[in-house]
Amino acid sequence: MEPTPEQRKGERTIRVDMIARVEGEGALRVTVRNGEIRDVQLRIFEPPRFFEAFLVGRRYDEVPDIVARICGICPVAYQMSAVHALEQAFGMRVDGTLRELRRLLYCGEWIESHALHLFMLQAPDFLGYESAIAMAKSHPELVTRGLRLKKAGNRLITLLGGRSVHPVSVKVGGFSRVPRRAELAGLTDDLLWARDAAGETVRWAAGLEFPDFSQDYTFVALQPPDEYPFNEGPIVSNRGLAVPASRFEDHFQETQVPYSNALHCTVAGHAYLVGPMARLALNHDRLSPLAKQVLADTRLTLPLRNPFHGIVARAVEMLSAADEALRVIERYEPPADPAVPVTVRAGTGMACTEAPRGILYHRYRVSAEGVIQEAKIVPPTSQNQRRIEDDLRAFLPRVLDRTDEEAALECEKVIRCYDPCISCATHFLRLSVEREVPARETSESRG
Amino acid sequence: MKEPTKWPARPKVAVFKFASCDGCQLSVLNLEDELLAVGEALDIAYFPEASSRMEEGPYDIGLVEGSVSTPEDVRRITRIREQCRTLITIGACATAGGIQALRNWADPDAFKRAVYPSPDYIASLSTSTPIAEHVRVDLELWGCPIDKGQLLSVLIDLLAGVQPRLPAHSVCLECKRRGIVCVMVAKGVPCLGPVTRTGCGAICPSMGRDCYGCFGPAEGGSRGPGLPPNTSSLARRFHDGLQLIPIEVVRRFRGINGYVKPFRDEGESWAARVPRD
Repeated sequence: MEPTPEQRKGERTIRVDMIARVEGEGALRVTVRNGEIRDVQLRIFEPPRFFEAFLVGRRYDEVPDIVARICGICPVAYQMSAVHALEQAFGMRVDGTLRELRRLLYCGEWIESHALHLFMLQAPDFLGYESAIAMAKSHPELVTRGLRLKKAGNRLITLLGGRSVHPVSVKVGGFSRVPRRAELAGLTDDLLWARDAAGETVRWAAGLEFPDFSQDYTFVALQPPDEYPFNEGPIVSNRGLAVPASRFEDHFQETQVPYSNALHCTVAGHAYLVGPMARLALNHDRLSPLAKQVLADTRLTLPLRNPFHGIVARAVEMLSAADEALRVIERYEPPADPAVPVTVRAGTGMACTEAPRGILYHRYRVSAEGVIQEAKIVPPTSQNQRRIEDDLRAFLPRVLDRTDEEAALECEKVIRCYDPCISCATHFLRLSVEREVPARETSESRG
Repeated sequence: MKEPTKWPARPKVAVFKFASCDGCQLSVLNLEDELLAVGEALDIAYFPEASSRMEEGPYDIGLVEGSVSTPEDVRRITRIREQCRTLITIGACATAGGIQALRNWADPDAFKRAVYPSPDYIASLSTSTPIAEHVRVDLELWGCPIDKGQLLSVLIDLLAGVQPRLPAHSVCLECKRRGIVCVMVAKGVPCLGPVTRTGCGAICPSMGRDCYGCFGPAEGGSRGPGLPPNTSSLARRFHDGLQLIPIEVVRRFRGINGYVKPFRDEGESWAARVPRD
């Protein structure tokens, strides 16, 4: 239906009551008055689950199992940020093969999560389908390739973690079990295929038709000295920020808005972007030679500034992750022990790791008995939320002459570019609570 | 004998989400080898996480992920029940209240204040409860996350007119079958395997660690068919044998499925033994 002249002139609301093909539940409300955009609200109505509150009073070794449950799509990210923050609190470092295995586990999650988003959630937007299943009839190779890539990522997580959703082996100090060399070698053929398939996907994605839309982003990502980022490196931006993860809270502010169950995050008062496009902008020279070459062949200009190019960035990162996984597997010699011993001490630890959707910050204050006194978690989607709204504000004028329904659909596509994980975005902590379970281990004699 | 349900040629399926991590819905999408066949056999009419097509009910089969944790959830699950011929809960949140049911032992306003600077904006119930506390549920799938193979076999059984049968015995039996060395005996770790329902395939012990109860309480162990597991005996073993102090015993039972009765009761009885200030 064409908008009436009154609609064009007067007040108009563009709504998406349930954003489809994203993880979790969100809605969008745009208010337009006299052809001018008055307000853009990405409303997250996913119910809060209060993780930071109930982590208080639990012991450090329970944290990886608990925080995994924040997100079924990126549980490894939560486990990685948690163990690195806790290891910092205990003044320990995990190096060598165990560090490599953690990168390997993250490779699995990036492949799985990026394949899910790229093929099943976003590709239907570009090809004009409601879902990947509907798309499979006319694009069987594409959907089959996507499912097989996702499976390759899941296989890797399953081998290292026991299962792909909420893996069980990650612990402070390392793993509960590490694989034998032959087990990992068994994945090589699969990953070789995945690397080729990801390369194909980069070429396919770069050839899609993109809206002519670009933004002047503040990109934020980790930037380790000589590798593509996963678990370490300072937090840097293209505007000159370079701080260790422990200084995150000095530079990034969270604020609450009345219409959302997720907090908004800003740096120096501005929206910023985290995730594949930001990582690629700040780390493309750290990609493997193969990933660099495939990216160069697309002839896209870096940094990518069109949010719709996120699909290319994700494909490049799948390729890079498959390549990195092959490298780790080839050089793998099982460590003598699956984990290094932990000496518990009182302290505070902070860490940022690169979740598939961008930097994920954790901070824990721990008692001398290893009991959590305070927890703070800042997921990538809350960091991108302000940026999504800014993009929508910039994008909306070009769809205002369409019907509300069509305009809403186009807005949904912009939102999906970010792969928002709304389940992740709804738990935050301002202050510590005293809970029923007290940190009193020492006052009671054991046994 | 009960007449098997007559399904249309392509039963209409809906997937709903309540408070959860999306991991059980993802388990559906993780049926990589079977997903397209499932999409052929079933008309996936409502599954917002995977499709923009959101067809109105009624539906033949409804899969529900997540727990009830807001006033709106209570209204929504009632409407959903009316819309679905068969309602199946998928996972620990929907079946037992999930990890977020830990709020059920806390001062809810303190929780809300702890997480949000302006708690008035947040509509949330003081409890997180399983779906079956609010509406009739036809079948409950356990697990955090569910086992995707188990989901597939349940759907196949339903379509074939067979009453799905899910194993309810303990993880211990699974370990014995797989020849996994008992982690409680060999490593002295407080494993929940003796009281936890199988379904995962004994993943944790196979990875060299203790089971933490993802699949909820087993049934029909030493106490007899259909009866709850002997949690008190295991808790005593944790305390007397493995030297856990009462608060550590509480934490063991108060986890992923902490709000489900046998685990809840055991946790509460040990919470009463935690010394107060």
